[in-house]
Amino acid sequence: MTDIEAIGHQLAEAVKGYSADYIEARLEESHTSHITYRGKEIESIGRSTAIGGNVRALVRGGWGFVTFNNLNDLPGRVELAVKQAQIVGNEESKLAPVEPVVENVPSQVDKNPVTISLAEKKRLLDEYNDIIWHTPKIQTSVIGYGDSHKKVIFTNSSGSYVEQERMDITLRLTAIAAEDSNIQQVGLSLGSSGDFNSIQDYHQQVRLMAQRVVELLSAPQVKGGEYTVVLDPVLAGVFVHEAFGHLSESDFVYENDRLRQIMVLGKKFGSTELNIVDSAAIPGLRGSYKYDDEGVPATKTYLIREGKLVGRLHSRETAAKMKEKPTGNARAINYRYPPIVRMTNTYIEPGAVSFDDMISDIREGIYAKNWYGGMTSMEMFTFSAGEAYMIRNGKLAELLRPVVLTGNVFTTLNNIDAIGNDLEMNQGGGCGKAAQVPLPVSNGSPHIRIRHCLVGGR
Amino acid sequence: MENILAQAKKVAGEAEVFMVSSEETSVQFEANRLKHVQTKQSSQVALRIVRQGRIGCSSTTELGNSQGLVDNAVESSQFGMLAKFELPSLGSYPGVTVFDPGVEPVPIAEMTKLGDELIATVKSHTPDIICQAEVTKSIISVSIINSRGGQSDYRKSIFSLGIGGSLIRDTDMLFVGESESSCHPLAESKVVADVVLQQLELARSQASVSSQPLPVVFTPNGVASALVPSLMAAFNGKTVLEGASPIGNRLGHRVFDERLSLWDNPTIAYRPGSRPCDDESVPSQCTPLVEQGTIANFLYDLQTAAMAHTRSTGNGSRNHGGLPVPSPTAFVVAPGDTTFDEMLNDMKEGLVIEWLMGAGQGNILGGDFSGNVLLGYKVESGKRVGRVKNTMVSGNIYQVLKQIAAIGSEPKWVGGFLQTPPLYCPSLSVAAK
Repeated sequence: MTDIEAIGHQLAEAVKGYSADYIEARLEESHTSHITYRGKEIESIGRSTAIGGNVRALVRGGWGFVTFNNLNDLPGRVELAVKQAQIVGNEESKLAPVEPVVENVPSQVDKNPVTISLAEKKRLLDEYNDIIWHTPKIQTSVIGYGDSHKKVIFTNSSGSYVEQERMDITLRLTAIAAEDSNIQQVGLSLGSSGDFNSIQDYHQQVRLMAQRVVELLSAPQVKGGEYTVVLDPVLAGVFVHEAFGHLSESDFVYENDRLRQIMVLGKKFGSTELNIVDSAAIPGLRGSYKYDDEGVPATKTYLIREGKLVGRLHSRETAAKMKEKPTGNARAINYRYPPIVRMTNTYIEPGAVSFDDMISDIREGIYAKNWYGGMTSMEMFTFSAGEAYMIRNGKLAELLRPVVLTGNVFTTLNNIDAIGNDLEMNQGGGCGKAAQVPLPVSNGSPHIRIRHCLVGGR
Repeated sequence: MENILAQAKKVAGEAEVFMVSSEETSVQFEANRLKHVQTKQSSQVALRIVRQGRIGCSSTTELGNSQGLVDNAVESSQFGMLAKFELPSLGSYPGVTVFDPGVEPVPIAEMTKLGDELIATVKSHTPDIICQAEVTKSIISVSIINSRGGQSDYRKSIFSLGIGGSLIRDTDMLFVGESESSCHPLAESKVVADVVLQQLELARSQASVSSQPLPVVFTPNGVASALVPSLMAAFNGKTVLEGASPIGNRLGHRVFDERLSLWDNPTIAYRPGSRPCDDESVPSQCTPLVEQGTIANFLYDLQTAAMAHTRSTGNGSRNHGGLPVPSPTAFVVAPGDTTFDEMLNDMKEGLVIEWLMGAGQGNILGGDFSGNVLLGYKVESGKRVGRVKNTMVSGNIYQVLKQIAAIGSEPKWVGGFLQTPPLYCPSLSVAAK
């Protein structure tokens, strides 16, 4: 393959000497493999490689951005980015200051998952698929496995030159049961920041998933309305990501005066038990890294502490414009996109309540587990559970068809009245924003209880 | 490309090379003003082979690295599906025009002007609104050659214009938005702006509903967000083959209201979803999916069609260099005879839904949908009286589309992949705070 380090050094030279307030360039070399099953058979299996880069220039507050995978004429690309920025700019450029850094950051994972033979990966997936297919009444299965190894070189006009190695694995298994035209599905999402071993021991969960989907065929649908709901750590992780995480991304806030007033630091969002954190600095999770895609070191950022808004996620530009410190949250899904403010590993810190205590005084409520997905519009959000049960008189009762829950960020966080003692991080998610999807992130939480949560249903 | 094909033919019985390259320029507005100008160049080549009866594939952006591409395809063919299909030989393609030479030369200044105009119009109506907007032009070139002499190539131009606005009052947030796309350059922003202005007018006041079954009109945007994801999954030939489509064994049966007809149509000139052939060189065709309520066809690529003992409908699509899979190009719902105003007038109390957030994230295969009405209005005695919030609407498309109260007479394109009129449903479950 092309030697991207040589090209990286050419780019490092090319970004110097232009009349721009700031220029940065990224180069990326990626190797990926994928295996998908539809039913008993492999649908697609193969490998891909890609090399590409981009140049981003800032002139008087305006950005120009050029991406390419034809690596000829790098100075021409830089020139185009600068020219485009000049068209846009008409104010003062503002970027929070960051020390230039020159560093090579290898991955902490011992074995690059992409180099593992397709045969070995297939062996594991066959085991999982066999388990699904050995469950009576299963109609079919869908399995999607993907891994990637990336080398990313970042350089800018302030003299930074950072080379980072990043790996990622995702696995989504879906079991489908059918009875006449009644079709039900249950999914299991796994992921890792590159360690293939970490997705190897899920045989029991896969078995349970397949049994569950068959049970769903005869499960009732909940009646729509307001309920007390208890979320398991996986769904509560999706909840914290959708309900609050996105609103803490300051690119939504920094140029919107009304939103800045609403999101003023110190504002109360929840009880004093509630603490929400985003941190790329925890090693080994899917949202972890040492430097973000602007060359800013990762940090641990408290978003909510004791119920109050205390921080938010920043790029260099949003930090400068809000006169706050950069947090190292500018991320791009790949070289085809500019970095934007994103979450990394987002979680609710554990409290003290046990699961049994949490459900013991609920007369009629819902226990919602696992995820299908979630969306937010900032104020309103939805998140859907893959699995749900009624809670009756303090005890788990019948299985329900999957439920969609909704809330309002300004009231729902306040309605959390119990936080469990059992924090778990979920690595199976991916986040979408501004067409950049799925970005590797992880979410986590202990069990939580929410009062007056609106649930869709029959 | 010929090089790669020749190298692949040395190790494989059949081979196909697919190449796509694109140039895209966009101007992006944030917080009511121009913020970014972006240019994206990309090219990718994908190889599919049939070796010892099995399918192998690989892809790369490095056009010079043909040996690596062939080696990776050979490795994957050890485990690939048994090939049941035959690659198409040189054929003739329908004349589907999707390239307008007028798109490429549109200057950045012109694109910026469109965005500025759009934002100025919306802001003059509602000064407090914060808008983001994007104007994009792109040129996409697709070339395919295979070992049976099959060959096709075409160019497509796409021009799109979109705006989203947020209006914040205390902690209440209103989101409005609209977009338009075409293979022609768009010369004016009025159509998009008018939609947004109407949304702002209708959402000026708030209204509330109680939890109860209510009649609901889905606007074309509402149909896209609530009903279409399940339909697209159900008509996928692969889902059908696996027995995971609720309508898989109902071909020729009446499943929906007899006024409902639906096609997949990639042959409409100058539409972004159109193309003369699919991603494996099979000629495009208009495929009836529902004819007067009766299931007429499913969508197939070559391999799935062969496994199902039928013919490809020209719906093989590749994304990210993977193998072709059946996917819809553009769904077209036949218009009915009821105007939107007639639908409203028929309602004593009901809802109009523009955007049901989260509806595509449940049991799509089973047809269930449930979501929060992110943009929608309450109707009282035929009038839209205000925007509803904190409201969930749930249903199942197979029940909803079996008993439609009326199909609208005013179809509209949504996002380049769907043309539909409004649909009026007599009763849906509504849960509200």
